[in-house]
Amino acid sequence: MVLVAALMLVLIGLPVLAGLGVMLAQAWGQGWPDLPGLAVGLRLTLVTGVGATLLSLAVSIPLARWLWARGAARGWLAPFLAVPHAALGLGLAFLLAPSGWLVRLLSPWATGWNLPPQLVTVGDPWGVTLILGLLLKEAPFLILVTLVAAANLPVARIMAEGRSLGYRPGQVWLRLIWPQLYPSLRLPLFIVLAFSLSVVDMALLLGPSHPPTLAVQILRLFTAPDPALQGPAAMLSLLLLGVMAGAIGLWIGAERVLAALARRWLRRGVRGGWRLDAAPVLAVSGVALGAGAAGVLLLWSLATRWHFPAALPEGLSMAAWRAARWVAPAAETLLIGAAVILVALLLALIWLEAEDRSGRRLRLGAFIVLPLLVPQIGFLQGLAAGFLHLGLPPGRIAVIWAELLFVFPYVLLALAGPWRALDPQQVIAAASLGAGPWRRLWRIKLPLLAGPLATAAAIGFAVSAAQFLAVLLPGAGRVQVLATEAVALASGADRRLSALHGLLLAALPLIGYAAALWLPLWLWRDRAAMKGSA
Amino acid sequence: MSLILDHVTLAPPGGARLFAPLDVTIAPGEVLCVTGPSGIGKSSLIALIGGFLPCGFRAEGRVLLNGVDLAGQPPEARRIGLLLQEAPLFPHLSVGDNLAFALSPRVKGRAARRAAIEEALEQAALPGFAGRDPATLSGGQRLRVSLMRALLAEPAALLLDEPFSRLDPPLRAEFRAFVLGHLVARAIPALIVSHDAEDAATATRCCALAPPAPSG
Repeated sequence: MVLVAALMLVLIGLPVLAGLGVMLAQAWGQGWPDLPGLAVGLRLTLVTGVGATLLSLAVSIPLARWLWARGAARGWLAPFLAVPHAALGLGLAFLLAPSGWLVRLLSPWATGWNLPPQLVTVGDPWGVTLILGLLLKEAPFLILVTLVAAANLPVARIMAEGRSLGYRPGQVWLRLIWPQLYPSLRLPLFIVLAFSLSVVDMALLLGPSHPPTLAVQILRLFTAPDPALQGPAAMLSLLLLGVMAGAIGLWIGAERVLAALARRWLRRGVRGGWRLDAAPVLAVSGVALGAGAAGVLLLWSLATRWHFPAALPEGLSMAAWRAARWVAPAAETLLIGAAVILVALLLALIWLEAEDRSGRRLRLGAFIVLPLLVPQIGFLQGLAAGFLHLGLPPGRIAVIWAELLFVFPYVLLALAGPWRALDPQQVIAAASLGAGPWRRLWRIKLPLLAGPLATAAAIGFAVSAAQFLAVLLPGAGRVQVLATEAVALASGADRRLSALHGLLLAALPLIGYAAALWLPLWLWRDRAAMKGSA
Repeated sequence: MSLILDHVTLAPPGGARLFAPLDVTIAPGEVLCVTGPSGIGKSSLIALIGGFLPCGFRAEGRVLLNGVDLAGQPPEARRIGLLLQEAPLFPHLSVGDNLAFALSPRVKGRAARRAAIEEALEQAALPGFAGRDPATLSGGQRLRVSLMRALLAEPAALLLDEPFSRLDPPLRAEFRAFVLGHLVARAIPALIVSHDAEDAATATRCCALAPPAPSG
């Protein structure tokens, strides 16, 4: 058990601390960097990060209630969860830009525009499009977490009790059910907040660029040819860490105030209010935006020529696909993803099996989620520098290790629930038949958990494919995956190539999810009792 | 070849003893029925003897199987078979593979193992069931497979936790006779916990768990 704990600390905990340590060392003694656009960048970071988190939370409440009663509709969450930020960002950019598909579909018959309008939509100086992009990715995550937490609550009973007291379903959800779920939402909310404050790939695709958000400014400094800019970059990373800590602190304070206010409101027993249910409208707009983003990526990847006001390309061709520039980054994405999920699954199995054999819980949860709560940009640059000191050059191995930090928490979380819910009688029965711990693991536990294992692998692959900074910084530009290529090509001239990379980036995790759903069904096609385990 | 409980009692985490120390010897072929009100620790007694007592439970006394103290031995080394209330089969394995999982590795060769499994199924009056999905079995069929599975592992003793309580009353007598017949034939000691008076009547011997003495 001590060995297992040490292994986890060395592989996961140490890199994070080392990365943060190097970042602090680089920032040490640095004065306040006098950079143009810093104040604006700071404001943008706060507005987009906190705004996206609050909006995601706000829409997740009615949508979770709406989906709770509609099991079949929950399938719509999976694509939003699986598709990487960069792919969605790229799709939204093609959809919403002044020359984007949305305007093309409405022009010129409705708008009268024969040229792209002089409007700023994507990259608007207020970060509205960036907030929208983050909202589309983070709200489904919060909805999923809400639904998972709700499964442990007698929701139907509380709903019946609340309605019998004269409250409408939405009111019962907000007043009685959601507050009980909130404790389970806190950590995911902090993860969303931390991510939104420090996001880089989506900010490059959808956010303003003159000046950009703090995280993008830091990336520009880190990747600048002038090594003297490393210090100011580390200083700004420290500032971002402070912003994040401050935001989480404020959030905790606001929780208390809001809880007190909400209790007063609850005591008044108000049952009125508007009857309009926002959930269907939100759901349909979200799905429409997602489908539009996917559709425009597909069209552009096949387009021969597509002049402005035309709703569809003049012709379709496979030229961009045949040019095969996508093969190398796609293979790299698959290779790195496979390596990362293999290591992450192995570590998760060691973790959970060690818990079973010792009968004690490994209390390292806080360490494991640390990579999700600190600004990626600062500690990943520190980590890359740390790897170099240890003799690990920038490249594939460094990228795999860096991605592991972000993939492992999700794989462990996805596996831990089903693992601990496994019927202990099955394991006891196997032991009473003379099966030792290894045989119990191979013949009973792992086959019974084949579904959750496949799901955890799919989630792990989706997280891996979505990594942008964890490839860019530890790979020092030598490792090119779909996510980095999609972002790099977005500012280039070839829309076909860019769309093709975005489409592939979206498709690979989706294929992974589909395979994870199909595998247990195929494996257990003759076992009625195993059907529900996926 | 006997199972000896030497002043055995146990206490839940942070709690007092559940029952007065139990002191009993079960001879080969003998079936001891342990009765007592629910909550007194009948299932925990099974867990203690089987070796899978949850963390935090305190056990006192000794459990001896064929003269060997079982303390500290993992469940898989104890050679104690189990027949649990729901008689659960491994849902991912076919009926035949459930039995093959239990069959001693000393039976070598694919044909020999298949024959041993088919023989066990015939004894359970379920010939040709090897390829079936466990989920398609009735409660009584599952119980019979579960017993055969326990016996194929060649246990030195067998523990039964209210094995008949989930069956319809008319079936109970039939299965009781089936199970007890096999136990006597194998000449191994068996302990059955139950609060069914019929179970108690068919067992060779009976003892009731009593609340602990106030001083204990």
